[in-house]
Amino acid sequence: MDRIPILKVGDFLLVSIQVDMHDRMAMGLQDDLTTQVVKARAKGVLIDISSVEVVDSFIGRMLGNMASMTRALGAEAVVVGMQPAVAITIVELGLSLTNVRTALNVDKGMELLQSLVNPTAEAARHDSHEE
Amino acid sequence: MTTPRSNRIAEIFTRHEKPLLVDWLRVQLAARTVRKDLLPEADLRRESVEFLAVLTPACRAGSLTDIATPEWKPVCDFLAGISRSRATQGFSSSETATFVFSLKQPLFARLQEELGADAAALGDEIWTATALLDRLGLYTAEVFQKGRQEVIKRQQLEMLELSTPVVKLWEGILAVPLIGTLDSARTQVVMESLLPSIVATGSSMAIVDITGVPAVDTLVAQHLLKTVAAAKLMGAQCIVSGIRPQIAQTMVHLGVAFGDVVTKASLADALAYAFRQIGCTVIKQAPRT
Repeated sequence: MDRIPILKVGDFLLVSIQVDMHDRMAMGLQDDLTTQVVKARAKGVLIDISSVEVVDSFIGRMLGNMASMTRALGAEAVVVGMQPAVAITIVELGLSLTNVRTALNVDKGMELLQSLVNPTAEAARHDSHEE
Repeated sequence: MTTPRSNRIAEIFTRHEKPLLVDWLRVQLAARTVRKDLLPEADLRRESVEFLAVLTPACRAGSLTDIATPEWKPVCDFLAGISRSRATQGFSSSETATFVFSLKQPLFARLQEELGADAAALGDEIWTATALLDRLGLYTAEVFQKGRQEVIKRQQLEMLELSTPVVKLWEGILAVPLIGTLDSARTQVVMESLLPSIVATGSSMAIVDITGVPAVDTLVAQHLLKTVAAAKLMGAQCIVSGIRPQIAQTMVHLGVAFGDVVTKASLADALAYAFRQIGCTVIKQAPRT
């Protein structure tokens, strides 16, 4: 397997990285993702990395790049499910990834995407809940 | 060549065991390093008898110049046991080593009695005996030190474990009350206990309380920021609370900046903020009677 599948869910794209990526696979994913965002006119991208156990500086930077590229194409990006060891590695590598939005799991990531893409509807939904 | 020599010392141990023991005990009790408060005379006598009992066969069977051989293992084990127990009883290392060294005087006296006429042989035997007892004494001191070091290491580990509990304050809110000085090793422990707890409990807010941290300098701030950044990467927001007025002043004077990390003066403020973030409201009600 040398491609990461990109699934379309409503207005969003779902990328679930289930293997430890090597550099070429990451480059391929970057290409595929940008193409798909344009082609599917996606409003948001959810990148699930809960199965990724190992990262290096390259993969760390790729995550940041993918988030920035997605934003440049007019869509929001959320990285979800980062493992503690991966988070520590990225911080120790000195990559702050300040431009990347994160969430604990796919559920919370989806919520965050909804509120980012459609703030008024989300607020309305919350209001109706409270009433 | 070595066999007759070792036999001679072993012979003295075998033949003169009783008087040797009496002399040895007298030397030990007369020494300034004796600690009758820590070790009663009866125990000292018992240990001395046991030591001679393991020493004699070792002298007879093994070489007197090398205590690493298997024949000396019972002697080494016995001495290791004594130094460990004395380390915990509060003896100093020299007091512990004196137990072995004090055997020299009675042993030399016996050797002199036996070989008084033959000065060359006497010199040889005394050299062998002193080398052997020095080695045993040093071994005792070494084990004693090792025992102390083990105690210190264990206590350090316990302190690390004790000082970083992760508490769940509410559904979705975790807190880490930090106590003591933060260094890179402790930050590592904090990260390693906080981050998995975030995953395990699915908490989106984490409060790092530094009320118990005596001083915050650039290094401590950097360590805190690392923890906060790692938690953020996993999708949880971190709040730093418990910043005392003194610390706030020092931080500004040092130019320490927490950037866009939310900081609060007290844990209560941080909790209130966290409640707002996760959409909880706390309301006051008339107390139930």
